[in-house]
Amino acid sequence: MELTSPFDFVKRSVLAVQEYTYLSFRAVTNTLRKPFYMADTIQQADLIGVGSLPIVMLTGMFTGIVLALNTSKTLEQFGSLSLTGQLVSFSMVRELGPVLTSLMVAGRNASGMASELGSMKVTEQIDAMRALGTDPYKKLVTPRVLSTVFMMFFLTIISDLVGLAGGWIISSSMLGLDSYQYWNSAYQVLKYNDVITGLVKPLVFGFIIATVGCYYGMNTKGGTQGVGRATTQAVVASSVLILAVDAVLTQLFITMR
Amino acid sequence: MPPLDTAIPLDDDRSLDTVHKAIIFEDVSISFEDAPVLNGVSFELRRGETKIIFGVAGSGKSTILKLCLGLLKPDSGHIYVLGHDITKMTEEELFDLRNKVGIVFQESALFDSLNVRDNVAFRLMEEHLPEAEVEKRVRESLSFVELEDAIEKFPAELSGGMRRRVGIARAIITQPEVLLYDSPTGGLDPITSTTIIELIMKQRDVYKTSALMVTHRLQDGFTLAGHTFDPATKHMKSSDGMPSLDVRTSFMILRDGKAVFDGNAHDLGKVEDPYIKEYIS
Repeated sequence: MELTSPFDFVKRSVLAVQEYTYLSFRAVTNTLRKPFYMADTIQQADLIGVGSLPIVMLTGMFTGIVLALNTSKTLEQFGSLSLTGQLVSFSMVRELGPVLTSLMVAGRNASGMASELGSMKVTEQIDAMRALGTDPYKKLVTPRVLSTVFMMFFLTIISDLVGLAGGWIISSSMLGLDSYQYWNSAYQVLKYNDVITGLVKPLVFGFIIATVGCYYGMNTKGGTQGVGRATTQAVVASSVLILAVDAVLTQLFITMR
Repeated sequence: MPPLDTAIPLDDDRSLDTVHKAIIFEDVSISFEDAPVLNGVSFELRRGETKIIFGVAGSGKSTILKLCLGLLKPDSGHIYVLGHDITKMTEEELFDLRNKVGIVFQESALFDSLNVRDNVAFRLMEEHLPEAEVEKRVRESLSFVELEDAIEKFPAELSGGMRRRVGIARAIITQPEVLLYDSPTGGLDPITSTTIIELIMKQRDVYKTSALMVTHRLQDGFTLAGHTFDPATKHMKSSDGMPSLDVRTSFMILRDGKAVFDGNAHDLGKVEDPYIKEYIS
């Protein structure tokens, strides 16, 4: 394996950050400039949003179930089993709903974007698009970013609700908790800041998923092997970035409380 | 995009003749990862002229075409396309200019998720032309390349030669002033190659479009130089073995990033350079 000098590594890293920033900037500014690819945006929203619905619902459901099962053991020791709804609700809305939904969507769609755009790149379809007078950032990147950000918001809400329903199923069927008590405590524990935190995070994560997926796709090199590499890197980078940004956002919202 | 003047004043008191010149390369150099690909290349493509660029693999032939469209930026030098210095233009400005320049890519580069109709109509649909107008012009373009029957097919269902013809139909649908062909016969059998060359000849002789054609097949270049398209028979006819005088077909040979020959078929036959003699033998 060829060794890379530290100087080259730093140079490449800085270049990558610069290109990613440029792509993100273009994706945002293109929303204000004609032409608007509404049909492409709706098509992507369907692929990303509706297509991800089953996997997001399953993830939310099982997360809620596991949360209820795990927390009930500890709460039972303190005679506070009735707080199960609060714990499930707080964890799902503030943290697990946005993060797990984003990770699932990243696995499904960041890879899809990287492989689709990467295939177009290596077969010169991106160049062909530019040669035909169409801006690929406008036609391909902006609709994906817009639709991912938009759909992540609703997917996270659905995931939170399904997660709460999962916790309720366990609470009522296995822990013997009253349904009203579960839902009431789950609702009462949530403050305005919690809901805002849980709804802002998916918007940021959606932007990360789409821009990272598109960045790796648009910068694919090296034929079909390169497409595979871009796909893997898109999932890894977007997942790590989601978790890192989540830590920053969590701290930010805690200080704003 | 800046307005097109008939003559563009240059910094050194010269001016560029943009009436008779479609493309001008001035001392253009470009490197990829510190490896020079073009090193001070200069040439001109007159309006109505077809210039065939020869060179071994990796000599920078395809790079010249991408530079003409602004898909790549040179490290130094100037490129004038239809009177515009594209080295000074932004990507947004280039999108307008690219509507006047068509390109046929080496592997066709058709959009694989679109059928033939949508591929050919891509540029028109981006301009939101009326559906009836789009349909009419798509059929005209496909009729030019004799592929009307394939209008509903997807690229994966087409042969290599058919894909190349769809690529030509897509490039000519807006009647561009300049056409760029990147190895249009590469990887095709001799009969299909002749069909493609005939289409290029038809475009040259019927519409008088300026063109740059990159190829490593000498016979394609000499066929274009020695034949004209006969509209009556709808096939090419020989100019009795002599380069035709009414169609301007010239040749350029690249070697190690430099243009080592730029002239017509007659000049090429008289050249004494051992490398060029070996190349064309």
